[in-house]
Amino acid sequence: MSIRRLAANQPESFAFRPEFEAQVKTWIANYPPGKQQSAVIPLLWLVQKQEGWVSEPAIRVVAERLGMAQIRVLEVATFYTMFMLEPVGTHALVQVCGTTPCQLRGSEKLIEVCKRRIGPHDHRSADGKFYWQEVECMGACANAPMAAINDYYYEDLTAESFEKLLDQFEAGEKPAPGSAIGRQGAAPEGGPIALTDPSLYDGSAAKPITIPNLPAKEPA
Amino acid sequence: MVGILQDKDRIFTNLYGLHDWGLDGAKKRGAWNGTADILAQTPEWICDQIKASGLRGRGGAGFPTGLKWTFMPKQESERPHYLVVNADESEPGACKDREILRNDPHLLIEGCLIACRAIRAHTAYIYVRGEYVFERERLQAAIKQAYDAKLIGPGNIHGWDCDIRVHHGGGAYICGDETALMESLEGKKGQPRLKPPFPAGAGIYGCPTTINNVESISVVGTILRRGAAWFAGFGTEKSTGTKLFAASGHINKPAVVEEAVGISVKQLIEDHFGGVRGGWGNLKAVIPGGISVRMIPADQCEEAVMTYEDLQARGSGLGTGTMIVMDKDADLVKAIARAAYFYKHESCGQCTPCREGTGWMWRVMERMVTGEAEMSEIDLLLDVASQVEGHTICGLGDAAAWPIQGLFRHFRHEVEERINNYRARKGSYAGASIAAE
Amino acid sequence: MPKAKVDGIEVEFEPGMSVLQVAELAGKEIPRFCYHERLSIAGNCRMCLVEVKPGPPKPQASCALPAAEGQEIFTDTPMVKKARHGVMEFLLINHPLDCPICDQGGECDLQDQAMAYGRDDSRYAENKRAVEEKYMGPLIKTVMTRCIQCTRCVRFITEVAGVPEIGMISRGEDAEITTYLDKAVGSELSANVIDLCPVGALTHKPWAFNYRPWELKKTESIDVHDALGAAIRVDSRGPAVLRVLPRVNEDINEEWISDKTRYAVDGLSRQRLDRPYIREGGKLRVATWPEVLDVVAGKLRAVSADRVGVIAGDLQDAESMKAGLDLFRSLGVQSTDCRQDGMSLGGGPRESWLFNSTIAGLEDADVVLVVGANLRLEAPLLNARLRKRWLQGALRVGVIGEQNDLTYAYDYLGAGPQTLSGLSRQRNDFVKALKEAKAPAIIVGAGALSRTDGSAVLKAAAGVAKSFGMTWNVLHTAASRVGGLDLGFVPGAGGKTAGELVQKGGADVLFLMGADEMDLSATDAFVVYMGTHGDAGAHRADVILPSAAYTEKNGIYVNTEGRVQLGARAVFPKGEAKEDWAILRALSERVGKKLPYDSLDQLRAKLFAEHPTFGRIDYVAGPEAAAGLSLASLGGEGELSDAPFASPVKSFYLTNPIARASVTMAECAALASGATKMAAE
Repeated sequence: MSIRRLAANQPESFAFRPEFEAQVKTWIANYPPGKQQSAVIPLLWLVQKQEGWVSEPAIRVVAERLGMAQIRVLEVATFYTMFMLEPVGTHALVQVCGTTPCQLRGSEKLIEVCKRRIGPHDHRSADGKFYWQEVECMGACANAPMAAINDYYYEDLTAESFEKLLDQFEAGEKPAPGSAIGRQGAAPEGGPIALTDPSLYDGSAAKPITIPNLPAKEPA
Repeated sequence: MVGILQDKDRIFTNLYGLHDWGLDGAKKRGAWNGTADILAQTPEWICDQIKASGLRGRGGAGFPTGLKWTFMPKQESERPHYLVVNADESEPGACKDREILRNDPHLLIEGCLIACRAIRAHTAYIYVRGEYVFERERLQAAIKQAYDAKLIGPGNIHGWDCDIRVHHGGGAYICGDETALMESLEGKKGQPRLKPPFPAGAGIYGCPTTINNVESISVVGTILRRGAAWFAGFGTEKSTGTKLFAASGHINKPAVVEEAVGISVKQLIEDHFGGVRGGWGNLKAVIPGGISVRMIPADQCEEAVMTYEDLQARGSGLGTGTMIVMDKDADLVKAIARAAYFYKHESCGQCTPCREGTGWMWRVMERMVTGEAEMSEIDLLLDVASQVEGHTICGLGDAAAWPIQGLFRHFRHEVEERINNYRARKGSYAGASIAAE
Repeated sequence: MPKAKVDGIEVEFEPGMSVLQVAELAGKEIPRFCYHERLSIAGNCRMCLVEVKPGPPKPQASCALPAAEGQEIFTDTPMVKKARHGVMEFLLINHPLDCPICDQGGECDLQDQAMAYGRDDSRYAENKRAVEEKYMGPLIKTVMTRCIQCTRCVRFITEVAGVPEIGMISRGEDAEITTYLDKAVGSELSANVIDLCPVGALTHKPWAFNYRPWELKKTESIDVHDALGAAIRVDSRGPAVLRVLPRVNEDINEEWISDKTRYAVDGLSRQRLDRPYIREGGKLRVATWPEVLDVVAGKLRAVSADRVGVIAGDLQDAESMKAGLDLFRSLGVQSTDCRQDGMSLGGGPRESWLFNSTIAGLEDADVVLVVGANLRLEAPLLNARLRKRWLQGALRVGVIGEQNDLTYAYDYLGAGPQTLSGLSRQRNDFVKALKEAKAPAIIVGAGALSRTDGSAVLKAAAGVAKSFGMTWNVLHTAASRVGGLDLGFVPGAGGKTAGELVQKGGADVLFLMGADEMDLSATDAFVVYMGTHGDAGAHRADVILPSAAYTEKNGIYVNTEGRVQLGARAVFPKGEAKEDWAILRALSERVGKKLPYDSLDQLRAKLFAEHPTFGRIDYVAGPEAAAGLSLASLGGEGELSDAPFASPVKSFYLTNPIARASVTMAECAALASGATKMAAE
């Protein structure tokens, strides 16, 4: 991880738009009264959803909103690498997992694609459409290698399928997330070999049951 | 039958998302069946049943779940009790909780309700890692269904008021540590706390708190429905039940699957994951429980079984049961160097050995990948690892040291060879060649 | 009491102690960087690792581990040694080898402990980390590459100072200590983080590269920049005071001091009066001692005693006030006053002007009413003490006066005397808490009593204190004030007050003993200024008698609690300047009223004989002594004005002639006023 700094160029101000404002209130209400600080990560996330990144004025707004010292919000924003501290690509924020399981299955090829098509890591592409970074484990190892593009996971990638994805994003499309080779979730390629027993799904499991090992009822 | 577990004994029946994840589908598959009868029991009964089932924490540490619940105060006080579910799945290799969150969320929700009863809590927070956007949205939708159906929430049909809330994480491996997770949930940096106090005494907001892994909580409903003995009937005395296993790396068909604990490493790979790339004979090593455990070499994989005790005896661990398989083409040194980078990246920076040691280890590892190292640096690296291991506030220091120790325990000769090759290529070792230039 | 064994030595310990504390009880020194007994426990440096049985087979952080009955603690086993050597190695791999140019050198914990636990070579072949510089204001110099991330500074500023402006951003090996966007730290106690920093990451910016600690002569003394009398150590080299550091005094300052106490010392070598002066033709010219003493004596002899006034300043030691009082009373002068601000106290029972709860005793209070004082600026350490108490919980603070950020929550009740006088009739939560309080206290500041209606305010405040059973506390802002009041340095029969003396026609001869806080523009008197700095008094003076600053003389100061403390001479007075009492002694001979003491000891003997409270050094009577105070007798009838209470401290950094001469304080003051302006915009 490189040292995380706020971007040199910052907007004048920040304010939540109405549709985000509603979510801000929901998140704050998610925690006990007086513990609104708990909402700092969700709020910074909403900032990022609205603006694409977390700006310095936004940090101040969140601090004020939650009654936190500004430095505490800055600590959070710089600690969690999920928060982008500078503007990202207009079309796609590409996060390629580079950790061992993905590496073993070819994430380095995806990274090469990124370098070639987008440029150096943690930078915007020349046309401003893309921004890519290598990230640590995204928790989709059984579908390695993968990349998260604008929040959703694109899995079982090859250099070719990844390029195709980037083409689609570049064209302003929103390709469906998931496996590039048609796997069903984390099932093995070619379809599940477990959970094939139809009786699991015929509703028989919903029939009334008696819970075993219940303590003997005391005589009334 | 593939593997050793029959479909009828599988808990996560929608693991692959082929069926309705929603409330109707979940009910049809047996979720929320008999929950009211379970909730009518005392917390002690629930804890006893879970203890009898032998369920151990599925987040990696393997602490007995029922026992953990009994650490909570027996009386509610003015400080409310909390259940916190750890869905900060971030360990390289681990990708099992994600399948529960997106495909069987109702098992988790039901488990939360039961666990809350067991620990006398009325609020549960599910800490979902920030990158699991889809999974969080799915879970939130499922929770809404449960609220709408009055299965949870105040005045629900089960008679135990219980709010289940989702918390949005920030994407930090360290928050998988329960005390770091609590800090993060309180809106701070995810830096682990000192213990004592233990969470059961003072957890989130200073209140008694129990923290469990997603899978641990999600299996609770089914265990109680089918009986502790049913669950304990799988596996060994110390490692019971069924469990989600996953494999990534050099196998033909990576996947997540529920199997009985105690299945052999070989059968798991061959039956469920399509075998090792290039055949079993092409296997080099397996990291059986997520990247933090030490690897075991191919020859041991013949007999190794997926239990806590067997893998521990091999100097490794069951961890999360999510294996990384490496065949003979794999560059083990590079794989572990990448793991070392991961730990450097994820160190919270709070305590000295981890903050300074992870970076040191990674840098030396990177030079070992190319061979550009002194032979003596192998022992130096191991010494540094031992200075990190066991000296930190949380387990991340240990986790950073173990993969490296595992590599050198079994494949030291490969690194030595690489250093020798590098020297041979350069005519001499790096220092001398520079001097000669 | 439970018992534990430390390296085989059995010790008894208080329940709740940590293993580290128990080991220290047994005389074992445990190395540490992050642990500090006055801060929360971080447990992050891992230097204090020990082996504990029963316990896991790995070393434990002793600072964070509670000691238990029957525990066996080992501080010297191979496991412990390896652990500490390991941690030390980790701390050093990225620490620069710049000790020769580091101001912490010689008093660096890392340097010291590296002697005990460091290797003699480095095994680290990688590049060392460099960390970008940070700006923390005019006082704290940062060299963040030296930082070992112990977070003491973060914890101090957040917990003790209550100004959460320092934090650790990023994570892992990239973690950095910083303020928010390089803002200056906005605390009056900020520089304590420098004392706490175990390495040279935070050092004193005003003193950068000025000294090596081992060159300095250390003199234990007492601070005079407010009325608390914090324990300080004055470090000097040759004739110059180079720095002031805190000493531990649990009763007053624990181990903190304010930034003014610490950094105003550069004012000791600027604007100094180092020779006698006489004004001739409107200009001051250098004179000799015999010359100026003759002139002053001549003036005193020429006018009648009731046309002479004497005003003692805020930094005056008790001995010189005693000598001044002895001399001028012997001349028949009744117009003597030590209250430049015109405070309506003095001449009654001593407890009426003391802070009877005591500073440490404030920690026992449960409800505190503050009247007309900005505690944060008038007595930062007292404010920190109240914050400490507030953090412990179940403390309610009410404020009448200015509304400022005090670093703790309080009930703001109102701005002026009307709120005070009507308090008993108010039905708010604070008054309810006051009624139910077990140990309520009132703090009345100079801002409430130094007004034209001060006497009536005093009566109202005393009335409130009486009706709620509150312990009576007066917070002074002048180091000399309680000593002056104890001496009776107030107008005698028919004498004028300080305020009256400086009016036009108020006196023919005005003798100022370091009095610089008064408006002298109206007086048409012949002004004699005895003091240290070319400040307000000297500016108006007709004769200047250069005297000694607090670091240049042995002197007694009585703090706001009534605690008598000894200040000590660290360096000699500047140039031809002389100690104040000696000047008065010399003058007394020339006016034919020779004072009966030839040495400071003789003067003190007389002082102690006539005013026994001065003889009890470091003693404070405390709240019990105040129990008999008749609150009903305090103050006088009069109209209460509508004007809100205003703190006498407008700019914290510029409250006295020393501070006003200080370049550092000027910089701080400019920054502080700029900050206020920005906030107001």
